[in-house]
Amino acid sequence: MSHTMLLVFEVTILVLAIFLGFEVISKVPTLLHTPLMSGTNAIHGIVVAGAMIVLAEPGKGAFTWIVGFVAVVLGSANVVGGFVVTDRMLEMFKKREPAKPEDAAEGKDAS
Amino acid sequence: MSTTTADLLYLIPIVTFILALRFLSSPAHARRGNQIGAAGMIVAIVVTWIKAGGTSWWAIVIGMLIGGGFGAFAARKVKMTAMPQMVALFNGVGGGAAALIALAELHRLLPPPGRPHVDVLIAMALSGLIGAVSFAGSMIAFAKLQELIGGRPITYPGQNVGNMVLLAVLVALAIALSVGVQDQWLLWVIVGGGSLFGVLFVLPIGGADMPVVISLLNAFTGLAVAIGGFELQNNVLIVAGMLVGASGTLLTLKMGKAMNRSLGNLLFSAFGQVTAEAAAVAAGAGGGTVRSASAEDVAVMLAYAHKVVFVPGYGLAVAQAQHDVRQLADMLEAKGVEVTYAIHPVAGRMPGHMNVLLAEANVPYTQLKEMDEANPEFSRTDVAVVVGANDVVNPDARSNQSSPIYGMPILNVDEAQAVVVLKRSMNPGFAGIENPLFYNPKTVMLFGDAKESIMKLTAAVKTL
Repeated sequence: MSHTMLLVFEVTILVLAIFLGFEVISKVPTLLHTPLMSGTNAIHGIVVAGAMIVLAEPGKGAFTWIVGFVAVVLGSANVVGGFVVTDRMLEMFKKREPAKPEDAAEGKDAS
Repeated sequence: MSTTTADLLYLIPIVTFILALRFLSSPAHARRGNQIGAAGMIVAIVVTWIKAGGTSWWAIVIGMLIGGGFGAFAARKVKMTAMPQMVALFNGVGGGAAALIALAELHRLLPPPGRPHVDVLIAMALSGLIGAVSFAGSMIAFAKLQELIGGRPITYPGQNVGNMVLLAVLVALAIALSVGVQDQWLLWVIVGGGSLFGVLFVLPIGGADMPVVISLLNAFTGLAVAIGGFELQNNVLIVAGMLVGASGTLLTLKMGKAMNRSLGNLLFSAFGQVTAEAAAVAAGAGGGTVRSASAEDVAVMLAYAHKVVFVPGYGLAVAQAQHDVRQLADMLEAKGVEVTYAIHPVAGRMPGHMNVLLAEANVPYTQLKEMDEANPEFSRTDVAVVVGANDVVNPDARSNQSSPIYGMPILNVDEAQAVVVLKRSMNPGFAGIENPLFYNPKTVMLFGDAKESIMKLTAAVKTL
């Protein structure tokens, strides 16, 4: 594929991703906006893949290697931290837990 | 692994990221969605590692262990109240990585006979610039939220003009890099200038507007990553980055709407400046008296109510009172009182921050009511208990045109039969705006630390 064709193709998926992003996010309730931010934060941690490519590029000098290495460190902090924090948050969102025995007893008293 | 195989395998992370966001539409399956996304991320990393790793595979592993170890440690340790700064920090390092990729790629491609395509140069200039703004801006946001530096807006004359000039210069340099002057130092200047702009741009924004800033910077990092995908001809970076860019932008706009302020106003007006004179006006106009009550009085009000609504704000987070509020609510429910929580979209330091804190305290999410759902309920509420919230319940937003928050949708707690405000003192809140709710004859104030007050209330309700 020529460079221009590749570019056109990439711009196309970029534009489609914009609309997809709007579409999917508009269905997220306010209740989950913090996990949404933290979850999308984890997803842009994909930058670590780019950092890996740069670090491993053959035939480059020490400069690229060092910068690439730092980028891998930063990117993996982003991706791991992002997913772990989001998981911790979402774990806490629960429906009302099954009534404990004493709760049930009190419920009967009230009625 | 061939490029075709890798590109096909990259479809797996792309699909899982979309599913992860899709699953966030309900708390019932949101967690599973996040795990699916994480699994897709592992696929993306393994595929990239096998395909590109080459002789440097070990360096990648070491780098990932260092960064991932730090990320996992910090993410496990952080308190839920400190969540906003943690997200800011992770967001910043992601932006920094995007800027570094641009610098490294330019260094690799520039030496003769390498003449990078114009679009690749544009991508480098943009991801370097946006990544740097996001990195430095997030670090300042982190420092403000962590209270390493003051949360108040920092302003000086000519601030906006200065920032605009700096941005214009940076854009001009980016154009120069793209069309002709192919020199590495230019990108260094762009990245350095972008970092400076990030600092100057976030410094004047007050702590109360931080949720919007973090959301915007999140979108910036996503955008920088997507543009980075153009440098490396990598689809998964483009799609994942742009999904985040689009969602961050939409969320930022939604929050602006929830505060009835345009994005421009949020970012460039150094909120909190205007308020000194507005506060004076409001105080003069109010001029009423404040009724303060003891915990015992309030306990009686609560215990004999049919319906009580808690309205949490950032004060609750600061005092770490979410668990105590939940205990009090449990006790009231045991006495047959109907309890719900009314949550304003911008309460706290992050969109939806209050929901996370209350979920942490095991409050079932079915009891958490969003503004549209909560407001019609106030007229049949006996007692509204405002815990550490201020601006989001300020009736001036409805009626006082001179108020800086005029027009912002609020929780109409003054429609309840009675209002109890838990507050440290009569000092105006974070934004420094006077609140006539406190002078309303229906309102009683319970002064003191939110946590202590709630504990006193719980003790008093227990004796009834």
